[in-house]
Amino acid sequence: MRLELGHVLIKDVQFGSETKIENGVLFVNKEELVKLISEDEHLASVDVEIAKPGESIRITPVKDVVEPRVKVEGPGGIFPGVLSKVQTVGTGKTNVLKGCAVMTTGKIVGFQEGIVDMTGPAAEYTPFSQTNNVVLICEPVEGLKQHDHEKAVRFAGFKAAAYLAESAKTLTPDTVEVFETLPLLEGISRYPDLPKVGYVLMLQTQGLLHDTYVYGVDAKQIVPTLIYPTEIMDGAIVSGNCVSACDKNTTYHQINNPVIHDLYNQHGKTINFVGVIITNENVYLADKERSSDWTAKIAEYLGLDGVIISQEGFGNPDTDLVMNCRKIEEKTIKTVIITDEYAGRDGSSQSLADADVAADAVVTGGNANEILVLPPMDKVIGSLEYIDTIAGGFDGSLGEDGTITIEIQAITGATNEMGFNKMSAKGF
Amino acid sequence: MGKIKVVHYVNQFFAGIGGEEKADVKPEVREEVLGPGLALKAGLGDDVEIVATVICGDTYFGNNMEEATSELLDLIKKYEPDLFIAGPAFNAGRYGTACGAITEAVQNELEIPALTAMYEENPGVDLYRKSVYIVATKDSAAGMRDAVKKMAPLALKLYRGEEIGSPEEEGYLERGIRKNFFTDKRGSERAVDMLLKKLAGEDYVTEFPMPDFDRVDPNPAVKDITKATVAIVTSGGAVPKGNPDHIESSSAQKYGKYSLEGIYDFTPENGETAHGGYDPVYANEDLDRVLPVDVMRDLEKEGKIGKLHDFWYATVGNGTSVANAMKFGEAIGKDLAAAGVDAVILTST
Repeated sequence: MRLELGHVLIKDVQFGSETKIENGVLFVNKEELVKLISEDEHLASVDVEIAKPGESIRITPVKDVVEPRVKVEGPGGIFPGVLSKVQTVGTGKTNVLKGCAVMTTGKIVGFQEGIVDMTGPAAEYTPFSQTNNVVLICEPVEGLKQHDHEKAVRFAGFKAAAYLAESAKTLTPDTVEVFETLPLLEGISRYPDLPKVGYVLMLQTQGLLHDTYVYGVDAKQIVPTLIYPTEIMDGAIVSGNCVSACDKNTTYHQINNPVIHDLYNQHGKTINFVGVIITNENVYLADKERSSDWTAKIAEYLGLDGVIISQEGFGNPDTDLVMNCRKIEEKTIKTVIITDEYAGRDGSSQSLADADVAADAVVTGGNANEILVLPPMDKVIGSLEYIDTIAGGFDGSLGEDGTITIEIQAITGATNEMGFNKMSAKGF
Repeated sequence: MGKIKVVHYVNQFFAGIGGEEKADVKPEVREEVLGPGLALKAGLGDDVEIVATVICGDTYFGNNMEEATSELLDLIKKYEPDLFIAGPAFNAGRYGTACGAITEAVQNELEIPALTAMYEENPGVDLYRKSVYIVATKDSAAGMRDAVKKMAPLALKLYRGEEIGSPEEEGYLERGIRKNFFTDKRGSERAVDMLLKKLAGEDYVTEFPMPDFDRVDPNPAVKDITKATVAIVTSGGAVPKGNPDHIESSSAQKYGKYSLEGIYDFTPENGETAHGGYDPVYANEDLDRVLPVDVMRDLEKEGKIGKLHDFWYATVGNGTSVANAMKFGEAIGKDLAAAGVDAVILTST
């Protein structure tokens, strides 16, 4: 499977009379976008705001972040089985609005939604302080159940992203990246001397607003399976999560999966990147056993020498992570796991809920309990009403002047477990 | 500006008073530089003066931790030091524990920077590594030079309130405190790099060393407890009156095995606690509170258990290293199994 990703670089976003891209500026017809999103009967009101890097803007509660992409050539459309018809994606050409993101906010859906500051100390912790953001403020109709609310806001993000990306469909991209994964036997014989490496991508599926979808299927109900890495770049996996902001994989993270990119970078040079095994993080022990048995079985079946395992969430999924690691290592396949830590505010507690000696190669996204003080911003998109109650906040997190004292857990993407960020932690 | 005033702590041995036979000497102070203080003085440089050396015997300290600490604090306070240094204790267990305890007390009560130094397997490390800076040393006094080389600069940094670097940079034992920092590579790239090294069999450094979860599977339930021989084992320091084996009050180096023959109830005359980690008054009044022999005898009489085993085993859990605890556990287990014991009740404090 071969995919050309064409990057249309977005340097600025402005409202305009027509939605279009000119000289790296994305113009957004606000009225048209609001009308499109308002079609959902579950939403009582929709508004759109723009937030750019360096501006004194705080966006909260942030639910999901989506990168606008459009299929230019090849079968299927972006977000197959969700927004587009369910057709296998990952081949041909896809254009990306690079440097731009759609963000969803509004009345809190879960209790675990995040904060994105476009400047100041917290901006360093989130990748979305570096993107030009089109922010949707979606308010639900009265009495809407939380899962319907989640779905409505989830789809709002996808629809807005697809709408904006359409303007890049006929554009010549500024840069092009090519990614290719061959059918298994062909791929393995291409680089017979290089170690065969796979990627086990764990998807958050604890349920009750902790869900991820694969081609529209609730990933709680999958057994681990294989997927071409380029399918993911076309939106085969989307987030439906309301989990702690710091280590949830937003849809933006999914389609820009950094492990996939960095494995491709080494592909054909130091490793033979064979493919991606997706698995879930269900709460029942039988599901955990089955899924971890299967990841190990598939890794063995593929003849892999090494595997990177990435996690989503913490606590309960730590057990899935450790089971995957242990069982794959038992097949004499070498593993590196990516996780994050909950070592307490002073950093002195036990970091993970589970551990095993097999997990001897760990990359950490940092301690999510570390406290950060966020100075007030000139403008708030969304609402500060929920600061004290979101995961990472506590009674008194929100100061009178708008200063927020909070665990970095509340910052969207801060301790991402796909290794999206440069943060780590060490023992002192 | 005057010199930086340091008070230094050593035990009876390093003060030149004597060895084990002098380990019961009480806290005292000498306005001179003693033993390792000489090397420290040289290492700390001309801006620093060791104004006094406080001394305590290891046994005295171990048996009277609270009093000894408070007496030592009073002695130290008088000199209004800017900095406090204890040890190095190398691999001397009681000395290490004392160094850790007094360093912690000085840091908390006198609110001045303080540090100590010892070998990484010294039981004092596990007790105090989280609360105080402990410089890593070799296991014997042969490592004095090396120890001082690391202690002096770290002490001065602490005094100046400078940012303390990582354990590797500064030479102290990791305190188990996780701190975030920004690297130059994103996590996914670090993961790929680590995997490449692991695949090639090269050295790599994990970013989070797995904690050692020692999982013990529970045994199946005893089939018929009314026929079972039940033993009682404790880490609560329950020993016969007079502590015949001299089990340490803290950081136990041994356990004891004692006959229950003729004992139906503990009294102030036949039992006491050796444990230095809790108020011993109630245990000494009635040791059944730690080791419930009276209740076990009742159950035995009522036929609810088969028999109370003829011996009890005791050690002190207070600051005892995991390594020692495991060693004791294995030995006790073997002994119990050989004696045909079916079940054990473990009590702690």
